[in-house]
Parts: sequence; structure tokens; C-alpha cells
Amino acid sequence: MTASLIGARVERKEDYRFLTGAGQYTDDIALPGQTHAAFVRSPHAHAKIKSIKKDKALKAPGVLAVYTGEDLAAGKVGGLPCGWLITGTDGQPMKEPPHPPLAQGKARYVGDHVAVVIAETQDAARDAAELVEVDYDVLPAVVDASKATQKGAPALHDIAPDNKCYTWAIGDQAAVDAAFAKAAHVTKLEFINNRLIPNAIEPRAANATYSRADDSYTLYVASQNPHVERLLMTAFVLGLPEHKVRVVAPDVGGGFGSKIYLYAEDVVVTWASRQLGRPVKWTAERSESFVSDAHGRDHHTVAELAMDKDGKFLAMRVHTTANVGAYLSTFASCVPTILYATLLAGQYATPAIFCEVTAVFTNTAPVDAYRGAGRPEATYVVERLVETAAREMKLDPAEIRRRNFIKTFPYQTPVALMYDTGDYEATLGAVMKMADVAGFPKRKEEAAKRGKLRGLGYATYIEACGIAPSNIAGALGARAGLFEAGEIRVHPTGSVTVFTGSHSHGQGHETTFAQVVADKLGMPIENVDIVHGDTSKVLFGMGTYGSRSIAVGGTAIVKALDKVIAKGKKIAAHLMEAAESDIEYDKGVFKVAGTDKQKLFGEVAFAAYVPHNYPLDKLEPGLNENAFYDPTNFTFPAGSYVCEVEIDPDTGVTKVERFSAVDDFGTIINPMIVEGQVHGGLTQGIGQAMTEGCHYDPESGQLVTGSFGDYCIPRADDVPSYQLDTRETPCTHNPLGVKGCGEAGAIGAPPAVMNAITDALGIKDLPMPATAETVWKAIRANRKAA
Amino acid sequence: MAVKVSMKVNGKAVSAEVEARTLLVTFIREQLRLTGTHVGCDTAQCGACTVQMNGKAVKSCSILAMQAEGADVMTIEGVAKADGTLHPMQAAFKEHHGLQCGFCTPGMVMSAIDLAKNHPGASEKEVREALDGNLCRCTGYHNIVKAIMAGSKAMASAK
Repeated sequence: MTASLIGARVERKEDYRFLTGAGQYTDDIALPGQTHAAFVRSPHAHAKIKSIKKDKALKAPGVLAVYTGEDLAAGKVGGLPCGWLITGTDGQPMKEPPHPPLAQGKARYVGDHVAVVIAETQDAARDAAELVEVDYDVLPAVVDASKATQKGAPALHDIAPDNKCYTWAIGDQAAVDAAFAKAAHVTKLEFINNRLIPNAIEPRAANATYSRADDSYTLYVASQNPHVERLLMTAFVLGLPEHKVRVVAPDVGGGFGSKIYLYAEDVVVTWASRQLGRPVKWTAERSESFVSDAHGRDHHTVAELAMDKDGKFLAMRVHTTANVGAYLSTFASCVPTILYATLLAGQYATPAIFCEVTAVFTNTAPVDAYRGAGRPEATYVVERLVETAAREMKLDPAEIRRRNFIKTFPYQTPVALMYDTGDYEATLGAVMKMADVAGFPKRKEEAAKRGKLRGLGYATYIEACGIAPSNIAGALGARAGLFEAGEIRVHPTGSVTVFTGSHSHGQGHETTFAQVVADKLGMPIENVDIVHGDTSKVLFGMGTYGSRSIAVGGTAIVKALDKVIAKGKKIAAHLMEAAESDIEYDKGVFKVAGTDKQKLFGEVAFAAYVPHNYPLDKLEPGLNENAFYDPTNFTFPAGSYVCEVEIDPDTGVTKVERFSAVDDFGTIINPMIVEGQVHGGLTQGIGQAMTEGCHYDPESGQLVTGSFGDYCIPRADDVPSYQLDTRETPCTHNPLGVKGCGEAGAIGAPPAVMNAITDALGIKDLPMPATAETVWKAIRANRKAA
Repeated sequence: MAVKVSMKVNGKAVSAEVEARTLLVTFIREQLRLTGTHVGCDTAQCGACTVQMNGKAVKSCSILAMQAEGADVMTIEGVAKADGTLHPMQAAFKEHHGLQCGFCTPGMVMSAIDLAKNHPGASEKEVREALDGNLCRCTGYHNIVKAIMAGSKAMASAK
């Protein structure tokens, strides 16, 4: 019997190809007859397009075509759809302005797609893009959501003259107001959750080809969910039958949400490949990624927490203005609502919560889900409020949390979610020990002797992952199902190919999923291959986002495995001349109960494909099973983080000296991979808190932070080495007990960091990112005030 | 204007006619079809395109192919042994989970080998500082740093 592969630190199967340069990313694919596309983008945040002259570009060497919005309209190319319908408090559906892949009449943000040039080489296409003459009538622009709703603000879309997409609310407002009326103390904060630019290191790319032979298309694209991309593109935009379009997401170099969506470029190259009868490739330059990838966050929030005299939470009231950018991206509407306000209970038994969200159009790039998607924004609200409340009420920040933790499960929050399981005391206790909170006063004192300010901050978080029960999502406005599909194809000689609708772009599915399958089938992991990312191979898929891969995609695989084993038992019973009910199965061995008779999985598989001795009258040959899995609830990963910072008051330079994280992800399949996910999430969270801030010029609407020189994603010396541990309360409603781990770090880190920095400075609040300049200014302002 | 460039790449002599403005990375990726060297930015900041030229790590997006005339270039495809055995630095990245999506990885490995050669025994702090020219969005650097420290040790003991 082999040792269990569940919980084993197995080195990754995918690493060899990545380490030797054999990975195949979209831009690495060159097709026979390849042409190249370059997009002409609006240099203005808001402008009428008076005319577009193509002549000079068309005459440039190597140019094959120039297309504009008019050409696409003439070709009956539709607009990009939004996948989630939010119904406002007024009972009206959200405003859904047209989202043409190439602008029609108006450009609405810097980087908006105005035309495309297709040429023999990338250089020729880019050179000729400069020759397309666009006559703009520049209009006033607005980039700040709070300003966009003011009277007299420039209106982006005719159907939303006040720039409001919707106003939506959740919770019992009357109960909340009543609780605030009798509160002993109210803590109030107003802040911006800073806009972020995802910046996966692989820029977005798409390469489409059309085959006249069977009137079909193949699109290679850097995508997190090729089936969803295909569904949206065929059914809603291009009006093509789904079976005539193959979408392949090969190796994808990071996503973090930004590669979930159907983008204009994907549609344009696919459409153009048929017009030209040649493959058309586009790969973003980094500067294009900055202006045109969907951004994240960008909330303006006023939040209040009401407490009794002992610091028991009575109610929470939250008003948020969410900037959705110039158009609704694929899932833009559900992020600041369904994925945000439902998380405002956090780990606490707050009896009443009310949250109202106004989503607003501005002259900025569309905003959509970015690692955590709504949940980091919610956690920031809750954890900044809680820490501030503790300080105001002179309570220990750990103690105020303990007093309010949810302690019994299942727990129904006042904002729709039902937590199945958790142990918040356990993670908090563990992280305090690991972070040596007891030793902090000594470290602070020692730092003070060196003239440094030291601070410690907590954050606990809850997230809703494993998105989602389709019926619940549907009731909340989702326009698609959110199940996952898996297939187990057993080969005659006993090796296995697994097809999954989840997609891996760094998460290591090829290893984690193979561990699950190899463990169950009792075979070496080398005998299991995971295939993902190709609509022509994988039966269906909803893709990877919201930390759902193992919880939903993994469960679909387990369900298919169960079917394989059930059929295997029938075959084994026949081979051993026993009753099916007497067959026991464990890790690759079929046994007749109470005897020493057994058949190995490989023998059963062989019999299924070479059915010479086989119950052909009762059973089909072959061993190949599919399963679709639709979860019955979300999963609820949770954890406790402690961050310790040291600040140089002369320069404002702030260092994260220690960061400790204890997470509860339920059962863990591969701890090495899980730790890697947490490291990455924490770093993006620290990035949001300390280095990353997207900035548009408020007058011109130009993106000021449009390169890695202006927008600082964390470098190796911006972050510490992390201390990690886990506690396990297995998920109660999936067979693996798994919850998901991809976003946790990005959710919990920002409030932990900001709680530590404000602790060090002795101030109530500070805007993110807390760069050296911001911290230095706060220190100066503090001194003046004193 | 087309120019002829000749160099040695991964031990093999190569030459081609290219536009004068062709970057070394474009030459490597498009002409030689060695697509392990990646382009992650257009401002020489991300380091995904790092290769070794005459034994030194360089960002192949910030030099012209012409400037590599006569040079000895090694890309990620030339790092492992001919029989496929990983270089100690590659093996350390695998062992310590120093990669996730794999896109920055070739550049990281090329920089790491350079660092290990020139600063054997570098401290964690020095490794972090030396990595300023290589961006990773997945790993948070934690395991890359561990991998480089281990890989450096393995390289030193393999000498």
C-alpha cells in the first residue's frame, strides 16, 4: 500500500517544461500564414470620434486591413455582454450601455479600442497603427466615481445620464438603524479602497485562425476560462454556433482575475481571421495591459460599527460607491455587490448589517474581479473598523475579536451567507503564538531606541469560495451556471487522462488534481495526466476564479472517479465470480469481502477494453466517465493574520518586518502548493497596502501610473519571508473537505498591514497605498497637530 | 534596413537577415523560435527576457540583435544538460516551488545563475536586492529566494 498522496508535498509535474523553456504560452504559438494585429487606442479619456481615415495606414508596407467600429457593425458583430444582472433598490435592472469591441462614435477611456490594423509583421502593424488618422472632439472627462454622480458631471452613456449603473442594497436597514440608536459606541471610517492594475507577468494575447475546410475557428487566448470565453463570444457577440469555435487557453502566465473576461481584442482577432482567411495574432505590450486590462477594487466607502459598552457588535452600516469604469466588463456588476456586501459579517456574529452600493461609470478602464474580488474590499471595511473600534474602546484588538467571533456552526449571517464550518479562535490563537505577539512590546521598545516606530496589526478574514450553487447565483442575477465538469478517461493499460473544466495558470492543477486521482486509484502520479484549457478536449467548464478549482473542479473529478470505481466493481465482480455487493474497493484494489481474492485496478481497466471475459450482456465495455458538479453551498476559508511593521520617521520608509498567517482551507491536498498560493496572495495584498495605486489624472483622465516604473508591483526586497501555518476544519459539503486558498492572502493582508502602520503612527487612518511619501506626510501632519 | 547577424546561441552557430531595429529577444523568439525567453514588459523592468550573453545576464529586450553580433548567447533552452538533466538552479526552483505560472521563470533562472556565479553565498537580503530586476506576480518571491539560496549552494558544491 502506498502512502497517501493527500497532504503530500509532491513536486509539480508542470515545472519541468516551465524550467526548460518548453512552456507554450499564447504568444509562443506561430501559425502558418500568421498575421499580426495592432490596436489604435484612444489617447483621450472622453472624445467624440468625428472621423477615422484609414488610407495612409492601408498604403503602409505589409498592411492587410484596417477595421473600425463601423466595419464590425456592418459585419453584425455585437457588443461585449455582462454576465451578471443586478437589480437595483428601485426594482429596475442595472443600466447596461452598449460595449462595442471597437468604439462607435465615442471613446470613453484612455486605451479604448478605436481601430485595428492587421499586417504581415508585428512591427508593420504597430507602425501603421500610427498612421490611422482619427479626428477627435475631446469632451470633458470624469475619473472619480464620487464626482461622476454630481450634477453637471460629463455623462458617458445616453442610457445613464447620471452615470449610475445601479444602486443596490442588502440587509435590514430598519434593524440596523434601531441598533445604532441604542449603541454605547459607534466607530466610523471613510476610506478609498485603492484601484489596482492586475499585471499578470504574461501580457494578454490572442491568436485566431479560421478554416474554410469546415467553416470553423480556433482561438488561442490567455484565458482563465476558455469555455466561458467561447460561450460569450459565440452566442452573444459573433452569432456563431458554439461547435464551430474551439478556444484553447494553453499555458497562461498568471491571471488573478484579469484573464476571466471576454475582451474586445479576442473578438476582433477572431472575426478578422475569417475576413482575411489568415491567422491573426495580437499580444499586448505592457503599456496596453496597463490601460486596457480590467482593473480591480476602486471603492469609496463610509462604514460604521455600532457596539454596546462591552464592545459587542450590534450592527454595521456601510455605504459604498464603486467605480466600474467606462463599460461593464464581464462580471463587473457582481463584484461590488454579491461578492462584497455578503462578506461584511466577516468572522463576527454582528446581528444586523446593512450595505448600500452605488455603481458608477467613469472615464477609466473597466473594473472587474481582481484576486479576491469584493472580498478584500469587505474584509478591509470590517477589519479596519474592528481594529479602530478596539482602540477607541481601549480594548485589546484580539480580545474584541474574540468577544464577537461566531462560535457555532452552521451560522446564518444577516447578509445571505450560511457558513458551514470554522474555528476562528483556533486560527487567532495560533497566529498570535506564531507572531510572538507577547514579545511585541519588547521589540517596540527596542525599535524606539533605534529611533524607529514599530506597529502590530491584526486581520481576520472570511471568504466565500467555491463559486457557487447555480440556483442561488441565478436568483442573485448570474446569467450562467457555476458548476464544473470533469472526465476520467482510463486507458486500456491502466493509465489515466483527466479532463477538467478548471484552468491552471500557476495554481498547479496538473499536480494537485493528479494527486487526488492517483491517490484514489492507487497508482503512481506519473500515470495520471491532467488536461485543461481546450474546448475541443474538455467536455465543458466554467473555469478558474474565486478560489473554486479544487472545491468545484476537484469535486467534479471525484464524482467521475466514483463512477469509474462503481463500474470497476461490476467488472471485478464478474472477473472474480462474486456478487457486486461483495466487492470492496480501496486505493486501486478490488477485493471480495472476507476473502483473499482481489483484482488490481489495471486488470479491471484492461478487461474493460479487452472484454474477452466480460459481462457484455449487462455492461458496456470501456472505462470512461464524466461528471458535472454543482455545489450546494459556498466554501468558507478563513484565517488570522498578524503584521508587524517598522517605520523610519525621518523618511517614512516602512518595512514589513514579520508577517504571520494561519489559514483554514479545510483539507489540504498539497501543502507546498498551498503555501505558494498564500505567499503570492500576501504579496499582492501587501502591494495593495503599500506600493500599488492606480492613478488617473483627474482633469485629463490620463493614466499616470502606466508602466512598471510608475505602478509598483512588489519587488523581492519590498516583502519579507512569511511565517505560515494552517488549521483544518474540513468543508462539510464536498467529498474532499476542501475550501480553496488562492485569494486568502490578498484578502487578509491589506487590513493587517494598515492596522500595523496606523498602530505604529498612532493615527486613526491612512490611505492605501501607504508609500514612504504618504507615511512621511502623515508623520509630519501628526507632529504639527501635536 | 536589413542586416545580417551571426552569433552562437546555446552552443550552435546561427545567422539571419533581420531588420536593423530587431531586438535580441525578437531574434531569439521569432527567428530562432526559442520561445522560452519571454517578454513581460516594454520598459526593461520585468526581466522575463533575461538571457546570458558572454556569460553575463542581460535583458534581451533592451539590446538589439546587432549588438549581440559574434556573441555567445545562452537562453533557458540551453541551461539543462543535453540529456535533459536539470541544472542545479533549475532543480532548486522545482524542489522549493520557486515557480507558479512559469512566465517569469526563465528570466529568474538566468538571473539566479548569474547571481550564484558572481555572489556565491549571498545572504537572503542580498538575494532579494539582486532580484530587483526580475518581477514575479505569483510566488511573492518567498520560494524564489529559498530556491536561489539552495541553488547557489548546489552550484558551489558541484564545482
